[in-house]
Amino acid sequence: MQSYDLAEGSLRALNQALHDLKGLTNMTDWEVLNPRGAHAIAAGLDAPVTVHVRGSTGYYCAGMNKQATVHIHGSAGPGVAENMMSGTVIVEGDASQYAGATGRGGLLVIKGNASSRCGISMKGIDIVVHGNIGHMSAFMAQSGNLVVLGDAGEALGDSLYEARIFVRGSVKSLGADCIEKEMRPEHLALLEELLRRGLADHKARPEEFRRYGSARRLYNFSIDNASSY
Amino acid sequence: MTDFPRTPPRFSATFTPAVNAEIRRAAASGIYDIRGGGAKRPLPHFDDLLFLGASISRYPLEGYREKCATDVWLGTRFAKKPIHIEIPITIAGMSFGALSGPAKEALGRGATAAGTSTTTGDGGMTEEERGHSRLLVYQVLPSRYGMNPDDLRRADAIEIVVGQGAKPGGGGMLLGQKISDRVAEMRNLPKGIDQRSACRHPDWTGPDDLEIKILELREITDWEKPVYVKVGGARPYYDTALSVKAGADVVVLDGMQGGTAATQEVFIEHVGQPTLACIPQAVQALRDLGMHRKVQLIVSGGIRSGADVAKALALGADAVAIGTAALVAIGDNDPRWEEEYRRLGTTADAYDDWHEGRDPAGITTQDPELAARLDPVLAGRRLANFLKVMTLEAQTIARACGKSHLHNLEPEDLVALTVEAAAMARVPLAGTDWIPGRGSGGY
Repeated sequence: MQSYDLAEGSLRALNQALHDLKGLTNMTDWEVLNPRGAHAIAAGLDAPVTVHVRGSTGYYCAGMNKQATVHIHGSAGPGVAENMMSGTVIVEGDASQYAGATGRGGLLVIKGNASSRCGISMKGIDIVVHGNIGHMSAFMAQSGNLVVLGDAGEALGDSLYEARIFVRGSVKSLGADCIEKEMRPEHLALLEELLRRGLADHKARPEEFRRYGSARRLYNFSIDNASSY
Repeated sequence: MTDFPRTPPRFSATFTPAVNAEIRRAAASGIYDIRGGGAKRPLPHFDDLLFLGASISRYPLEGYREKCATDVWLGTRFAKKPIHIEIPITIAGMSFGALSGPAKEALGRGATAAGTSTTTGDGGMTEEERGHSRLLVYQVLPSRYGMNPDDLRRADAIEIVVGQGAKPGGGGMLLGQKISDRVAEMRNLPKGIDQRSACRHPDWTGPDDLEIKILELREITDWEKPVYVKVGGARPYYDTALSVKAGADVVVLDGMQGGTAATQEVFIEHVGQPTLACIPQAVQALRDLGMHRKVQLIVSGGIRSGADVAKALALGADAVAIGTAALVAIGDNDPRWEEEYRRLGTTADAYDDWHEGRDPAGITTQDPELAARLDPVLAGRRLANFLKVMTLEAQTIARACGKSHLHNLEPEDLVALTVEAAAMARVPLAGTDWIPGRGSGGY
């Protein structure tokens, strides 16, 4: 395993080394020590490698990730895995605001809670949160799946497009144009798979969740809906 | 009945026929007016400034013999690979979606032939523009439509869009008529919906976050790319200062004459400051921070000629960007389509329903038949011609003022024709040494 100590080396040198991995697939196992809340750790990776971050991270850890698995053995600051394209990001602790924002692919697993705006503007990413999520989560979410084993805060799924939201606990309130939808067999099958991939199949069963999605009333502007905006 | 002269019909200066027509339109439709373009109202502008030219106390350069350089480096503060443009005029961000594929290609071709850069827009990077643009600036917008790290890495510079002059504080809008299959796929949206883009970025709020966002983008691109921050003309002094503080290489400042693909008329005409008023505030911020010329300032919003370029540079900008003028150069609002403009209830040079996607010139549309009307090679050549003419015009003025580089133009070369322009541009009213507001303590 390649080990890099951020107490001794710079963030720039770490990220450059990780970016240089493209094609050099024999160094597939990395460890980052002493992250101490640094920002943009392992941002912009594009190689099938695994990076274990031993501690908590600042903003944008694993931002725009492709292919790589980034495992944060601590909590993550704002924007973890923002705009992720593919690969997997696992947060052992809690995640701050905008976790998985605008993500276009891959899987984000948060074993603790996620703060507000989790999955904001998501575009294809799958997010599995073992705990609760904060307000305005999945705001303007376009596609992908957000699975929450705990509770959701206010205005869930406001101005939602085609993303699917599954919540096991309570939802404080739904945002504009977000409604509860029927859980059909294909959704149960999808959820079972998401729970398995999200390392949560031992914690919850698909039947315990409710599904939320877009009512599609705001897709084309109508003056009669003006108060919803 | 006595035959006295009758009082002629008198229109109200407040309730003009245009105002009344808008009231009737709103009452009938129940929705605000949406259109493209920038502010159409009269505003203090570059036309209100004049150059003094050389005299006994200043001597000019020979028009065709002595060099007047025009090149600009952008991104010299932090980027490992700053970009070098041959003329101080760039093409502003305009989206594929708002514009057709051939129009984007034409902008790339024209900019490249003239030695300058072009810019993506809200909708991602297309092959048309990357393939035909030697220097391409990739915008990072609140919507993040099409955003991906591969395009970040193949861009020549990155522009974080905080606002635009037509609508500082507003998000994007692309109505269903223009959400074709290809646009829908690029933006990951259902076809035919009215696209609503957010006005705030999804993963940062405020200047402290912006600094970290810039750090992330630099890390992802190994600190190679210049990072621009684009702001609308709202509070140029503070917006410029905070962009510099957040680590921008370049500040792009768009005044209220700057265009948009589609926004509420009330937003375009009533929010933001004129370009003329914006520039001195931004330059003052750069000077106060000791960063003038170190962080480059690109100004846009109503730039139409070499005279406008020279005036913007004399006030302290490093370069300008054009959007509307570039569209006109490639064929927008051309009188040759007059018959079709009439059928749309408008006329050439007044057509601004760009959101409807029925542009007879084939520029602001996703209709394949209309888009095919624009020959990107010919349109690109027209844009290159226009850029060259603007540059020659700016050089003509600069030489007359005795300057060997366009950047040597300065406020001292200018006077204003109106009190308003003198106050905004902070140059003397012609025939006086009076700069209104000077000594008031500034900002």
